[in-house]
Amino acid sequence: MIFVTIGAQEPFDRLIKAMDQLAPMLSDTTVVAQVYQTNYKAKNILTFDFLTPSEYSSYFDKASLIVSHAGMGTIISALVKEKPILVVPRQAKYGETRNDHQVSTAKVFELLHYVHVAYSVAELKLKLEELLLQNHKKVNKIGRYASAELIQSIESNILHI
Amino acid sequence: MRVLAIASAGGHWVQLLRLLPAFEKHEVTFISTNKSFAETVKGFDFYDVPDASRWNKLRLLYLLLCVARVVTKVKPQLIITTGAAPGLAGVIIGKVWGVKAIWIDSIANVEKISMSGRIAILFADKVYTQWPNLANSKVIYKGNVIV
Repeated sequence: MIFVTIGAQEPFDRLIKAMDQLAPMLSDTTVVAQVYQTNYKAKNILTFDFLTPSEYSSYFDKASLIVSHAGMGTIISALVKEKPILVVPRQAKYGETRNDHQVSTAKVFELLHYVHVAYSVAELKLKLEELLLQNHKKVNKIGRYASAELIQSIESNILHI
Repeated sequence: MRVLAIASAGGHWVQLLRLLPAFEKHEVTFISTNKSFAETVKGFDFYDVPDASRWNKLRLLYLLLCVARVVTKVKPQLIITTGAAPGLAGVIIGKVWGVKAIWIDSIANVEKISMSGRIAILFADKVYTQWPNLANSKVIYKGNVIV
């Protein structure tokens, strides 16, 4: 199962529509999507306007691949749970955000091998096919907390500033 | 020490919780923008405030008042935040009322410090970036939240 998630702040119909159109080509893989204030009526994928935190984690945990916007919350959750993640950054030119910060974030995280990125709908199809072919995708793993150096520095600043 | 930890919903909140070992020994109160997050910090006091963006000035002002109300009630000795608007509100109120504040800019900001972060530099006692190339005389780099 592929879990598509776009955060709870703004709609992202370009991604939902693309996933709906790609879904019939994904053979055995079902697609479940968390949407937000969408105007698009999906035909081939299961969509939810609202998921409770526990429903959300349940889909997240069951998924073999996460497809999402380039939001930090989703990226970090995927890394913690060792789920491969394919991000499609929101773009200002489509009115999906005010600026292209998600594109910059996606580029850096891609370079560091934390995420796979599709910068366009055309690329989304290619990347999905590629990822679904590799059954054991190697993913970067992260721990539960921030780096010890950062934690120690903040800890000491709390006491000394 | 009474610590007020602030982050808006989503990535900011996830990053704040990854820093918890740095301040959990203190008497911590959390502020976020989603009521249901209280269950992710069981055992700690939790308040929810509305979210706002810099595009809606009236809502920003309302947010400032909501955060001020919590600060008045909790009387923190230190404010720690990963952003965005509610954190900036906290840092500004902290400056006015003499409460020390630490700002940790989101790891999503890879090319420059966030807009809120650039304002926070004027008010906070310590500002962290999570990218070495963004550190300077006013902004510290000491690693990041995703090791």
